[in-house]
Amino acid sequence: MLTTGYQTIKNYHHHENHKSHHTHDRKTAAGGPEIESRGTRKIKVVRRVLDANDIMARKNRDFFKDQNVFVLNMMSSPGSGKTTTLEKTLAHIMPDIKSAVVVGDICTTNDADRLSKTGVPVVQINTDEFGGDCHLAAHVIEKSLQGLDFENIDLLIVENIGNLVCPAEFDIGEDARVVVLSVTEGEDKPAKYPLMFRVCDAVLLNKTDLLPYLDYDREAAIKYIQQVHPGMPVFEISARTEDGFEEWLDWLKESITAKLGR
Amino acid sequence: MHEMGVAMQIIEIATASIPEDMKGARVERINLKVGKLSAIVPDSLGFCFEIAAKETQLEGAELVIEEIPVTARCKDCDNEWTIDSPVFSCSRCQSGSIELLSGRELDIDSIEVKED
Repeated sequence: MLTTGYQTIKNYHHHENHKSHHTHDRKTAAGGPEIESRGTRKIKVVRRVLDANDIMARKNRDFFKDQNVFVLNMMSSPGSGKTTTLEKTLAHIMPDIKSAVVVGDICTTNDADRLSKTGVPVVQINTDEFGGDCHLAAHVIEKSLQGLDFENIDLLIVENIGNLVCPAEFDIGEDARVVVLSVTEGEDKPAKYPLMFRVCDAVLLNKTDLLPYLDYDREAAIKYIQQVHPGMPVFEISARTEDGFEEWLDWLKESITAKLGR
Repeated sequence: MHEMGVAMQIIEIATASIPEDMKGARVERINLKVGKLSAIVPDSLGFCFEIAAKETQLEGAELVIEEIPVTARCKDCDNEWTIDSPVFSCSRCQSGSIELLSGRELDIDSIEVKED
């Protein structure tokens, strides 16, 4: 049945190429016995659904390499203290490391307003224009780069949408990924969102200044992180008091130097 | 959470994969491979696909999702195993130096197009 069907298609294709016989062939194809045999043709595709994103991410990565810029993708759930961590981090590394920030939110420019006060160029992306997306995709990053002067940027930090699921799936062309996890969240977040903790290169365990007031089991949290991603560095910090920032900033500076050679 | 975007990508790729000589034919089935580690909920994807496929060649097509387990290889002892809990160290030597072999797929394997 499948073969007969296929031949019908071939006939149809054939008359496309011989227009003078078009009417006759078409009649045969449409009116002949072949049309009675209905079949299904299986067509092998074997393509990644997110192919388009991967291609754009590669393009971004090449661009960042050309511009000699280190790109850090910061991810977390909402309310983990990502923006505060970023504000404090920028205050420490500027002006030695010339930085810029792309910040993604579904709505509002609140984060961009806060980050602008640090003096770095900030691009706000609101994904509601893109359908309220739960992550920043590579093409959205590409669009956001237009207003930035890469001559004067060594480090571009992308503050992704607050979400532990989707951003992990989308490569944006970054050099490193960090996830901010706060001690007001469950210890087992890494086990619940393994992909996020697999794709990241370091964890910032934030809000440690609150530990005396919580029943949080920090050893359990670290154990979960190490189960999902053995050997991944965990920096225990408080963005409020800047406790533990030294190790985190050293790691960041070393990562930048490793790429840029300075 | 981004199942609608994924559904739209599936429609784009599937439509582009219909051979020249079958343009306009109805797509009856789309065979997908979805890794267990991918951030996709099959039920949500099916729901979004149904809506996104309306008034396209893919309207009413069946989305067949094959779930792919997470498998890994240990770089230290060459052990290969299936990961079924969020523990990513070697099941034999406990090394953390591992390579994922599968589980992150989000692939269109094939489409089935109605012939007439």
